[in-house]
Amino acid sequence: MTILAKHAAYRHAYDAFLAHGVDPLNVRFDGVLSPTEGVLNGQRTILLGTNNYLGLTFDEDCIAKAVEATRAQGTGTTGSRVANGTYGGHARLEREVADFYGRQHAMVFSTGYQANLGVLSTLVGRGDHLMLDADSHASIYDGSRLGMAEVIRFRHNNPDDLYKRLKRLEGMPGDRLIVVEGIYSMLGDTAPLKEFAAVKRETGAYLLVDEAHSLGVLGETGRGLAEAAGVEADVDFIVGTFSKSLGSVGGFCVSDSPDFDLMRIVCRPYMFTASLPPGVVASTIEALLKLRAMPELRHDLMRNATRLYDGLSAMGFQTGPEANPIVAVTMPDQKTAGVFWKMLLDSGLYINLAVPPATPSNASLLRSSVSAAHSIAQIDEALEIFAEVGRKLGFLPSDRRRVAGAL
Amino acid sequence: MRQNHQLALVENGGGGGDRVVRDEIAAIFEQVLGRPVSITDDTDIVEDLGMDSLGVMNFVMAIEDHYDLSIPLDRVAQIQTVADLIRAVQDLRSGTAV
Repeated sequence: MTILAKHAAYRHAYDAFLAHGVDPLNVRFDGVLSPTEGVLNGQRTILLGTNNYLGLTFDEDCIAKAVEATRAQGTGTTGSRVANGTYGGHARLEREVADFYGRQHAMVFSTGYQANLGVLSTLVGRGDHLMLDADSHASIYDGSRLGMAEVIRFRHNNPDDLYKRLKRLEGMPGDRLIVVEGIYSMLGDTAPLKEFAAVKRETGAYLLVDEAHSLGVLGETGRGLAEAAGVEADVDFIVGTFSKSLGSVGGFCVSDSPDFDLMRIVCRPYMFTASLPPGVVASTIEALLKLRAMPELRHDLMRNATRLYDGLSAMGFQTGPEANPIVAVTMPDQKTAGVFWKMLLDSGLYINLAVPPATPSNASLLRSSVSAAHSIAQIDEALEIFAEVGRKLGFLPSDRRRVAGAL
Repeated sequence: MRQNHQLALVENGGGGGDRVVRDEIAAIFEQVLGRPVSITDDTDIVEDLGMDSLGVMNFVMAIEDHYDLSIPLDRVAQIQTVADLIRAVQDLRSGTAV
């Protein structure tokens, strides 16, 4: 017996994958060539599972800014902003993010995960109530455990269930904070934010939206679901990440709460971790400027997303409820999902294998994420590979593809 | 053995309320699991009924709907046996939950 033996059940579940030659946590790229292509075991592979929504990881200007800042200020800050001070870049990044959202305040964290840990554990405390969508990301659940608030789950994307639960709390003291996500990371479905905003208004709760997967993806100017749904005024806090559409790493929170800066002296995941390195800060600022200046990136992204979603749906695969850059195909069981995923990989297509408990409703998913940088030819090649593996595994009749006219 | 334990609980003042709640919980288990189940106070919800963490969450939501209450997540984490669940439901119904 070792101290880790308590987790043996996870090892057993993983061993079941390994027995089929499926090793999803051990994908080792020889190299990454572009936002949409890597080399795996010597084979050129289409990257269709990297959340690189706007394809900015290889943007020449972003790289140049990162190099310039690194040369000028070094590779890292070697400590927190509390201990080692704020660099000019940190302050500018916060101003740029606040300006983009049209909010008074922005605070930058070292990862998106830490942004949720910090914000959720600080906004609500003992005697308050934190209302979480049941399908919330792990960082939201973990943030809820770091604070002392009472945590109540409501049914996924169900404003009526949320309302019912808030009504049960009527008369009890304490603040209520509702937490939902713009686009949910597993199925790519969006929150019914108008309806949630109405519940918020009626019950006097605060509303926080995690736009990690919707920043640069949804909304007229790319601000996310709150903008797309026309309810930004009802959203008290927006949390997000730089690690997807902005191609770097880091998290943020924006708000108009007048005393928002209090967070800087009480929010532990902000205070007790090293701040972002100058190079990361510089490329993030540049990427945000690109996001604002190039709406065509969002159009290309949605064109690709719709093409993949429609193509897979037309072939007869069970896809999520709406066409978004996250396109998930539901598999009948974990083993089939693992084998399917491995065959896609061997055919030169990298996507994500997502299995319980990381998925909603115990589903086993083949999860793709599309980029604006994918060419139409790459999307079509991905569809062709899906069709080929689907036929080999008996998912698709051999003539289904022509009938559906998907390709 | 389990049967005895259950009887002892009832005799020691578990009361009719607990028995009613236990029967109702059994019915909800059967509805969620889609099969008949036999439960006693010391039935371990995960070990004995073979529920995974998501199954437990769905079951808890069904319980919450039935009794029109919300069981906070920290309270859910403390529930291991049917007796724990009955106690949580009774506490929350009577408003004595912390």
